[in-house]
Amino acid sequence: MHQHFELVTNAAGRVVPTEVNGRKQIAFPGVGMHRPQGPKAAPPIHSAGDYPASGDKRVPDLETALRKCGLRDGMTISNHHHLRDGDAVALMALQTAAGMGVRDLMWFPSASFPTQAGVIELMEAGVVHHIEGSMNGPLGDYCSQGKMRGLGVLRSHGGRWQAIQDGEVHIDVAVIAAPTADAFGNATGSLGKSACGSLGFALADSMYADHVIVVTDNPVPFPCAPWQIQGNNVDYVVEVPSIGDPAKIVSGTTQITRSPDRLKIAEHVARFIRDTGIMRDGFSFQAGAGGIALAFVDYLRRMMKDAGVKARFVRGGSTRYLVELLREGLTDYLLDGQTFDLAGVESMARDPRHIATSPFTSYNYNGKGFFNQMVDVVVLGATEVDTNFNANVVTHSDGRLLHGIGGWQNCLFAGCTILAVPSFRDRIPVIVDEVTTLTGPGEMIDVVATERGIAINPLRQDLLDRVKGSQLPIRKIEDIQREIERICGGKPQRPRLRNTPVAVVKWVDGTVLDTVWQAVPGVV
Amino acid sequence: MATTANLKTRGEAGRCGEDVRSDLHVIFEPRNNGGVEIDLESRVAPYYGDTIRTQAQEVLEALAVHHAHISLHDEGALPFVIAARIEAAVRRAGLGQGRRALPLPVPLPPPSARDRLRRTRLYLPGSEPKYFINAGLHAPDAIILDLEDAVHPAEKDATRILVRNALRAVDFSPAERMVRINQLPLGYEDLEEVIPEAPDVVLIPKVEHAEQVLAIEERVRQIAACGKIDRPIWLMCILESALGIENAFAIATASERMIAMSIGLEDYTADLGVVKTAEGRESIYARTRLVNAAHAAHIQASDSVYGDVGDMEGLAGWAETARTLGFEGMGCLHPLQIPVIHRAFAPSQLEIEKALKIVAAFEEAQRRGLGVVSLGSKMIDPPVVTRALTLVERARQMGLLLTNEPTTANNLDTT
Repeated sequence: MHQHFELVTNAAGRVVPTEVNGRKQIAFPGVGMHRPQGPKAAPPIHSAGDYPASGDKRVPDLETALRKCGLRDGMTISNHHHLRDGDAVALMALQTAAGMGVRDLMWFPSASFPTQAGVIELMEAGVVHHIEGSMNGPLGDYCSQGKMRGLGVLRSHGGRWQAIQDGEVHIDVAVIAAPTADAFGNATGSLGKSACGSLGFALADSMYADHVIVVTDNPVPFPCAPWQIQGNNVDYVVEVPSIGDPAKIVSGTTQITRSPDRLKIAEHVARFIRDTGIMRDGFSFQAGAGGIALAFVDYLRRMMKDAGVKARFVRGGSTRYLVELLREGLTDYLLDGQTFDLAGVESMARDPRHIATSPFTSYNYNGKGFFNQMVDVVVLGATEVDTNFNANVVTHSDGRLLHGIGGWQNCLFAGCTILAVPSFRDRIPVIVDEVTTLTGPGEMIDVVATERGIAINPLRQDLLDRVKGSQLPIRKIEDIQREIERICGGKPQRPRLRNTPVAVVKWVDGTVLDTVWQAVPGVV
Repeated sequence: MATTANLKTRGEAGRCGEDVRSDLHVIFEPRNNGGVEIDLESRVAPYYGDTIRTQAQEVLEALAVHHAHISLHDEGALPFVIAARIEAAVRRAGLGQGRRALPLPVPLPPPSARDRLRRTRLYLPGSEPKYFINAGLHAPDAIILDLEDAVHPAEKDATRILVRNALRAVDFSPAERMVRINQLPLGYEDLEEVIPEAPDVVLIPKVEHAEQVLAIEERVRQIAACGKIDRPIWLMCILESALGIENAFAIATASERMIAMSIGLEDYTADLGVVKTAEGRESIYARTRLVNAAHAAHIQASDSVYGDVGDMEGLAGWAETARTLGFEGMGCLHPLQIPVIHRAFAPSQLEIEKALKIVAAFEEAQRRGLGVVSLGSKMIDPPVVTRALTLVERARQMGLLLTNEPTTANNLDTT
């Protein structure tokens, strides 16, 4: 790696580089302390005179489209991840670029999946220079081992919108996989054999990229309605036989965990929300699609029914469990950023109260507010949390990249943030002295709910007051930590990491929160 | 998969592999010189690699092994499991006899009361350490570390070491700690290993005669005396045959240590040559006979397990029937069964309120020195008062009473 930068200590006490991939960085100055100035980025002005008068923007294949977009060495190609592990379009775009002899691309996905492990070969061959986006599995290992030529940049979903709108990342060509589209470029994720629900993660790309290509396997005559991507932002439309594997785009059905230990965590979370009075008429919540989160929704649903309480809105990632809440009238609206199972896809396509949202509406911090500030309570996971409630979601405890930030950081702005985590996994403590990689500052995290008890951040005296006299198993976080260290046989050793950064973790406002350091090969 | 030693000098124990969690596989090869050499492969090596090596050294030292090659393939096993697996491997190699490598103890829970609540007893296969550590969190009234049916015959030796270590190092509170031993004579070896760690209850399977209980009682007494254990170790019998049921009262009264009896329906129905059904009509005689014998002996009657862990409605129905028949609890195969059974064995609010009124009338009569208890214009018979006192006391133990309601523990003869 040939990078020239200094390392500084930021307001969270983490050592971060001052420059990333040739761009100067601002070290995290504290929550809410960074105030960017100036106008947003903008794509060039175009003229309808340069586009077909018929509105038909179809070209024969992706290579033609990329050529017409003027793709060349060093440019940035972006993709969205709504097709998840079933996506075929991202790799198709990069491999087409490789076939054209283009080199040193920056790939800018909204998230990457194991199905895109082929990008490793493209990095080895020099086609892709580096990735800015979440990396896990083989791509995560490749980056963790310091093999990538540039630094990885991990951003939240809101942070990705922010980086695009603030001009930190300039997208040259956005290649948008569209489950249904018309020849003008209007596109939706709700319909078609490869339906995925929302296309919200591609919205910023469609608005800010110099060039936009829509790739679909379900062309329909104009108008593709209702559209999620506006054809007015689209340069070219490409029809392909398949944009991905439907079986891997959404789950047939998402399943609640059967693990009694995990159910215990979910039950603790639901009881906490009920007994603190957060669960009340007109409240709102968000929970992901993991096993604990789904189980939590199931417990909360029963408690809401028992208490005769109704939510005003629930934020997705939607699953059949959230769709049931909507159908049973337990919430007025489902505001949904991505759709995890078939029930979610169908509901979004049919029910006007199931609304597709984007990272702009829900998550973008550098704007005039965002929806997640208005959510009463959010239930999240984490790989590690320390006794100051700082949490890590991006790396394993040994420093290897594990998964992306997703909407996790953006959700921390909810009225009450609850981490629902086991206190240890096998013999690996989740509650630690200091997290390996800081992803969320402790001042933003209010509650850690484990199978062994619930710890409330001392900063939230209001919550501590509200649980007085309740039956909830409230404990000090240090107390739970001591118990698991006794069980596990002492404090874990600190991971051995090199002094070489391989990636940075951005905070929601674009400042650098922490660094991911190169893992030592052979220790895992 | 563990196998017994194929060479006399080599010992293996434990399990590893993709689907194994919280266990480890040990290959132990004694040497004549050269000290101890340890190979370690572990998913938790970055966090506990040094700790595991140190522990392996200490365990071998405790077993008086000074020269050996030991290879550990660890899947995140906790220290008490690591110690047990190494000890089992060493013993299988014919070494370490008469020695134990005991893990750090947790404080013993308070001694078990003879008549404590025993609504649920959660079976934990003794050879599956991953289920141990969080078992108490699900708050069964008891856990059973099973050395018998859940354990393959080739794993009995290693399992009793693991169970011994679990009794010593795992906090199962608030559950009572039961161990189900094997039938005699194998059961004697189980007792040698586990009694020094003071289990609260020894669960004896397939009992048919009072003599079996007496034999076990005597051995428990000897080992407990030897180990200076000054807290009760109770006995509970499972009757699993027609003959056992016929001898139920003799078995129930065989020992002062007897606190409960249960029935094993799989074996019982097989003995009768009938099909075990979901309604259980074929075992109604055996179950009621057992209830009667237990009550005649002033011990608890506990029902069998409900085998279909996915069917919560069926379980609730079975448990409610069990309560009406006079059982005070039943076995559990999955933690999710626990709250369902606890609900089924809980008296209703109506029952509790009625009992509280009777108790209040009884206390009023006592205070005024009246021999007759009356509620309004109605006279209350003594057995009704006794039942109300029992119900209120149980409701209190189950946490169903508000704290300001009268406690009646002093009025109850609990022996």
